Amino acid sequence: MFYRLSFKPFESYLVIGKKKFHTLAHTILTSTYNMDRRDFLKTLAAAGALFTVKSNGMMDVMASALPSASPADSPKTKYADLAAVMNGEPVPMLQAALKELGGIGRFVKKGQKVVIKPNIGWDRTPELAGNTNPEIVAELIRLCLAEGAAEVKVFDHTCDRQANCYPHSGIEAAVKKAGGIMVPADQESEYVSVDIPKGVALKKAKVHKAIVDCDVWINVPILKNHGGALMTAAMKNHMGIVFDRMAVHRGGLHQCIADICTYKPAALHIVDAYRTLATNGPQGKSASDVVLTKALFASTDIVAVDTAAGKFFTQINKSIKFENIEHIPDGQKLGLGTMDLDAINVQKIRL
Amino acid sequence: MNTLRIIRTVLAVAVFGVLTFGFVDFSGIVENPLLQKIQFGPALLSLSIATLVCLIAATLLFGRVYCSVICPLGIFQDFFNWLSGKFNKKKKYGYRRENRWLRYGTLAVLVAAWLLGFTFLVGLVEPYSAYGRMADELFKPIYILGNNLFAWISERTGSYRFFKVLLSLKSVTSFVVAILTLLIVGHISYHHGRTWCNTICPVGTVLGFFSRFSLFGIRIDTDRCNHCQACSKKCKAFCIDSKNQTIDRSRCVDCFDCLDACRQKALTYGLPRRKSAPVSDDPIDGSRRQFLKSTAVLAALAPQALQAKVTGQTAEKRTPMSPPGSQSHGNLLQHCTACHLCVSKCPSHVLTPAGLEYGLGGIMQPLMKFDHGYCNYDCNICSQVCPNGAIRPLTVEQKHRTQPGHVVFDISKCIVNVQGTSCGACSEHCPVQALHMVPFRDGLTIPEASQEICVGCGGCEYICPVHAVHIEGNPVHVEAIVREQEQTINTDNLDFGF
Repeated sequence: MFYRLSFKPFESYLVIGKKKFHTLAHTILTSTYNMDRRDFLKTLAAAGALFTVKSNGMMDVMASALPSASPADSPKTKYADLAAVMNGEPVPMLQAALKELGGIGRFVKKGQKVVIKPNIGWDRTPELAGNTNPEIVAELIRLCLAEGAAEVKVFDHTCDRQANCYPHSGIEAAVKKAGGIMVPADQESEYVSVDIPKGVALKKAKVHKAIVDCDVWINVPILKNHGGALMTAAMKNHMGIVFDRMAVHRGGLHQCIADICTYKPAALHIVDAYRTLATNGPQGKSASDVVLTKALFASTDIVAVDTAAGKFFTQINKSIKFENIEHIPDGQKLGLGTMDLDAINVQKIRL
Repeated sequence: MNTLRIIRTVLAVAVFGVLTFGFVDFSGIVENPLLQKIQFGPALLSLSIATLVCLIAATLLFGRVYCSVICPLGIFQDFFNWLSGKFNKKKKYGYRRENRWLRYGTLAVLVAAWLLGFTFLVGLVEPYSAYGRMADELFKPIYILGNNLFAWISERTGSYRFFKVLLSLKSVTSFVVAILTLLIVGHISYHHGRTWCNTICPVGTVLGFFSRFSLFGIRIDTDRCNHCQACSKKCKAFCIDSKNQTIDRSRCVDCFDCLDACRQKALTYGLPRRKSAPVSDDPIDGSRRQFLKSTAVLAALAPQALQAKVTGQTAEKRTPMSPPGSQSHGNLLQHCTACHLCVSKCPSHVLTPAGLEYGLGGIMQPLMKFDHGYCNYDCNICSQVCPNGAIRPLTVEQKHRTQPGHVVFDISKCIVNVQGTSCGACSEHCPVQALHMVPFRDGLTIPEASQEICVGCGGCEYICPVHAVHIEGNPVHVEAIVREQEQTINTDNLDFGF
């Protein structure tokens, strides 16, 4: 009734009512695990600092996402900062965008552990636009593997049952066919506690192990309406790397979304807007909520890509004011990127 | 071993395995277990005439084969019995007189309890349900634990063939009941063979009544029999009276263990022979009269019972919600013997055994709770698997139009109102937008509840970070309105927008 016991290896607890009592063994195990990881990250950061001198593409991306490098001041690079594509099929649009951004090889290097994080939140088929287009996910996996990635993991902390969302979204089959690994994300044991030093409202969160452990990750949301956040795209997609959604809602949704984006910025954000869920999002009631918009936005700058997606989206659902999508300016304030699309190198392509 | 016994054992093991897997399987390999549908108790409560006729006909033809190859609790007892034989090679049974008063008395009490709305009591001893609870509460966790162990190991080898599954104790009451059932039935069967089936079990009593007249049966060739009692010592039902060369066929479960024991080859299973032994000590005895008598008494009790059954909820209590398809609390109460097949099969961990929410009679019956998840909009599994007719079959479309409970939204607790920050978690999870976000102050949106379209899935209650939303059950389910939505989408002159 009110009791819940868990005997998972490495994690055992007893829940009485709303209170959760961890066993001593679990407390010790998790704390040592976290400690090791922190030490490991420190070493990694130190090693990374040594290599930044050599202009490594990946580090450029990391640097541009950090607050110190204000993208508005940076000179226009030889690659586009943001690629916006329209009027194509999913895969050709992705290819066109990646070409403008310098190819996948700029972000993924040989032997790296890669994570691709689509939106697989709902028990919906691809036509209902509740989840990221499986073709885009599959093509990204193929490109990463062709570049020599050691592994490509795919997951999302689904809202509906994972056992329904993974197969019904078409993503599980597409991932397996393309050679990626579909990773579970519905149990708390898949997540580890991390600090979010730059977070304003959210200082700590349980983040999926795959994200914590990977070398590089690519954020692949779908563009949708959202009852609370008004619009969901690249920033809102970070909800799916966190275990405790309710904490995010409790702490002020927009600020917490921005906070979690500072944890470990993705190298690349690709917003799938081939089909857009214009109303009743993020789940949608029926096919009449879906518009075939045939667009795709890709950028290394999460704020820029959400700004572009937001301006595109508010044309379709006119009841939503772009200014009210607060997590975008919140993200800019945290130095995640820029909302000033005129200040960066934007390439618009019509196929 | 004789052929009949081999057939019996093979069938029993197969049925037991398949039926148990139907309970413990969490991955949806068996979405709609079939063996659960041919159980006597559930068939009686759901009035599945075809199943009843088949089972009674089988009993009238072959005796209580049901008890040996279909009833999971019977097979479970045979397993314990077999174990005891392994540990004690010299194990002997013998003959005991039938305890008719206990048999028919228990049956009468149970029927009375059912008529008075205490289905809980019936469910406690109804063999299939008793076994179902053991499978769900005791065996399934072991199966899940094994899976999680595999998942843990495979994850460390870089494979994701097995996914971890939530392991939870759904209800302390049911857990304790399952353990007690295991201990009591296990103990009795270990030491006293099929005594449970021939004293307490209501299905055993009813089928025993019919098996007295069965066409095929174990028979003693009185010419060959030398009263050696070898058969009687082998009989776990204590029903062979070797001294008087009679067999109480109301208690014989057709296990065929005795056939091998007889060195005189005096025991056969077959049609009555001209020179067969008398079936029972007094063929036209009180048992039938007693059976009819108790039925009559209970029939007389029925009208009062019908009124007693629908006990209303007290005003201050939150109304519990019964699963979609159960139609009303009354219907659930009347039909459910708490076999927990729905509880076990519910993929979202929503169905949990009730405590006292439905009242005394409904203990352990399925209750919708949103502690671990919410009811999947497109899932109708519980309504498909129920063998009792307690949850009637619903198509997915019918389920979309069924309202087993409705949303109650408390704006004074809502985070948007209290804290002035965006949320919308409830609306996000609402498949029908019964909670819809509408403009509020400062560009914020706040949920607005439309109870008439709510399907009571509990997504909102599950996800609400501040418990501002909950689902109130409908004691009698109503229809959920399906509303057409107005179009606000613009697709003209679509451009990049920036």
